[in-house]
Amino acid sequence: MAVGRIWVVTESSGGVASPAGLELLAAARRLAPVVEAVHWGGDAAEVAAVLGGHGATRILTVGDLEGALPAVPVAAALAARIEASGPPDAVFLTASYDQRDLAGRLSARLDRPVLTNAVGVTEGADGLLAEHAAFGGSTVVRARITAPPPHLFVFRPRTFAAEAAGGPPADVEVLAVPDTGAAGAATIVHRHVAERAGPALDEASVVVAGGRGLGDPSRFGLIEQLARRLGGAPAGTRAVVDAGWVPYSYQVGQTGTTVKPTVYLACGISGATQHLVGMKGARHIVAINKDRDAPIFGVADLGVVGDVTKVLPRLLEALDARDDRGGTQ
Amino acid sequence: MEWVGEYAGMKVAVCVKQIPDPATPGRLDPTTNTLVRDGKLILDDSDAYGVEMGLQLVDAAGGGEVVLVSMAPHRETGGLRTALAMGADRAVLVSDDALAGSDALGTAKVLAAAIRPLGADLVLAATESTDGYTGTTPVQLAELLGLPSVTFAKRVELEGGGLRVRRQTEAGYDEVTCPLPALVTVTAGVVEPRYPSFKGIMGAKNKPVDVHTVADLGLDPAAAGWSGARQVIVDVAPSEQRRAGEVVEDQGDAHQAIIRFLEQIKVL
Ligand SMILES: Cc1cc2nc3c(=O)[nH]c(=O)nc-3n(C[C@H](O)[C@H](O)[C@H](O)COP(=O)(O)OP(=O)(O)OC[C@H]3O[C@@H](n4cnc5c(N)ncnc54)[C@H](O)[C@@H]3O)c2cc1C
Repeated sequence: MAVGRIWVVTESSGGVASPAGLELLAAARRLAPVVEAVHWGGDAAEVAAVLGGHGATRILTVGDLEGALPAVPVAAALAARIEASGPPDAVFLTASYDQRDLAGRLSARLDRPVLTNAVGVTEGADGLLAEHAAFGGSTVVRARITAPPPHLFVFRPRTFAAEAAGGPPADVEVLAVPDTGAAGAATIVHRHVAERAGPALDEASVVVAGGRGLGDPSRFGLIEQLARRLGGAPAGTRAVVDAGWVPYSYQVGQTGTTVKPTVYLACGISGATQHLVGMKGARHIVAINKDRDAPIFGVADLGVVGDVTKVLPRLLEALDARDDRGGTQ
Repeated sequence: MEWVGEYAGMKVAVCVKQIPDPATPGRLDPTTNTLVRDGKLILDDSDAYGVEMGLQLVDAAGGGEVVLVSMAPHRETGGLRTALAMGADRAVLVSDDALAGSDALGTAKVLAAAIRPLGADLVLAATESTDGYTGTTPVQLAELLGLPSVTFAKRVELEGGGLRVRRQTEAGYDEVTCPLPALVTVTAGVVEPRYPSFKGIMGAKNKPVDVHTVADLGLDPAAAGWSGARQVIVDVAPSEQRRAGEVVEDQGDAHQAIIRFLEQIKVL
């Protein structure tokens, strides 16, 4: 059962395609000869070059949604397109806020199951196999959909690496949105964009994360300082999020963000399995913990057995001194 | 508060999942490759927020009803009793052996059949369950019920005959307005769930729990359960493990080891 066509859902804003869609295009391209991008918003023409360059031959755009939450109109437009011209073999989505909704809407509308939280995909004899991390990532479960196409897969962000393919700009096909009635009535009346000094957590190449071992919310300032100093993003465990030290957007793990930075510095973090699933994909891991038996050391490339409240201030000081000397030692 | 009349008698259905205690880890059944869910079931922590939100909105509306809706094996009511003790008025439970193995869409079909006859103005759910965390069931449910949905609500208010919801986004949050009836999923921390009082706990024992089977709800048994899921687990294997690297004991100089490491990997 060869895979012929995959739709990849992409998001963009102001003519800039989000990295998650480019990552999925790279994965889809390896599996299917025809890859098409699903898009909404007024900037299809502006992203045609980058989406084409990453392997999409066509953009199926729903256009400007005028404030409507996207899931309902996009699902309705895709369902109508499928009705008219047949389904793709699979639809790849990213676990973003809007796309999780879209996956649910499409699934119910088309009466097709959806596999979520996928962290990999391969081609099996009977179709695509989605990989899922179970038990804190110690186990990989591979699952397959037996329903007719389209097969819906929602991937965790950072599952694949984006990679340009050098294709020409994608053709743009505008999809009509059928009347969605009451279901389509939720409307965005105001968008609030939180101020952020550094890079976004899921895009940062350095992540400095703090856990309960910091002992006190005020010490989270050490994490923020180190993140700033290294040009990275600060993060936390669920324990410190639940304790109200930092907002939910800081949370790394099973029920938070998945990160794949060049280096992840875990400070005062035990390394619970639910935390590990969100950061084990980091290229390098440094851990500071006073307990030699803390599970975090099992995944760390460099482990420091020590008091985080002492090591971090010294590290910050040494970095300052290093700056004053003008770089390398 | 002119809106009181507008919302009076508001009926809120709250989807709650009863799950095995997350403190005791689950395991995969070696023959079916599904998560084993035996032992006593408790109210999923994530659902306590929906229950609390339902209670607060009905209060703000000047009266109404909070109805719990749950699907669980073996007529389990342990988690429902906790939510009833918090103040929910009654519960609808769907329990049927035919439902074992249901996926998210199958579950949504069952919940839709249970909720449709209630005539709810608002359906509340958590963003995802603690044990399954598929995270699609509520929106699938909204689609099946023909309702608008606002997910990841950080704040929910009654306004202009409908809802005003602050919805979490990657960049911050959106203010979203939505007419009723509607479905909303709430994030943890949206409200502070109350602890059941002693009186609440005693009262919960006498609150009605209607139990339905698949046949009662007029559902096709093939739509839910194993066959309805239309997905199979192909294999289960240990994942590639990261290996532990060097571990150094801090003697007042460990920060130097960190700096050297960051230099090696060209972060510095
Ligand atoms: C369903 C479910 C989902 C979950 N999802 C997530 C998730 O998404 N993300 C997440 O992070 N967690 C999640 N958790 C929670 C997870 O199980 C852990 O409870 C949590 O990660 C622990 O956070 P922590 O490491 O900060 O705290 P702890 O486990 O309390 O660890 C603190 C560590 O700090 C060390 N320490 C103490 N003092 C010092 C010091 N002075 N110097 C150095 N080290 C010190 C201790 O040795 C200890 O190892 C989830 C749990 C469940 C049940």
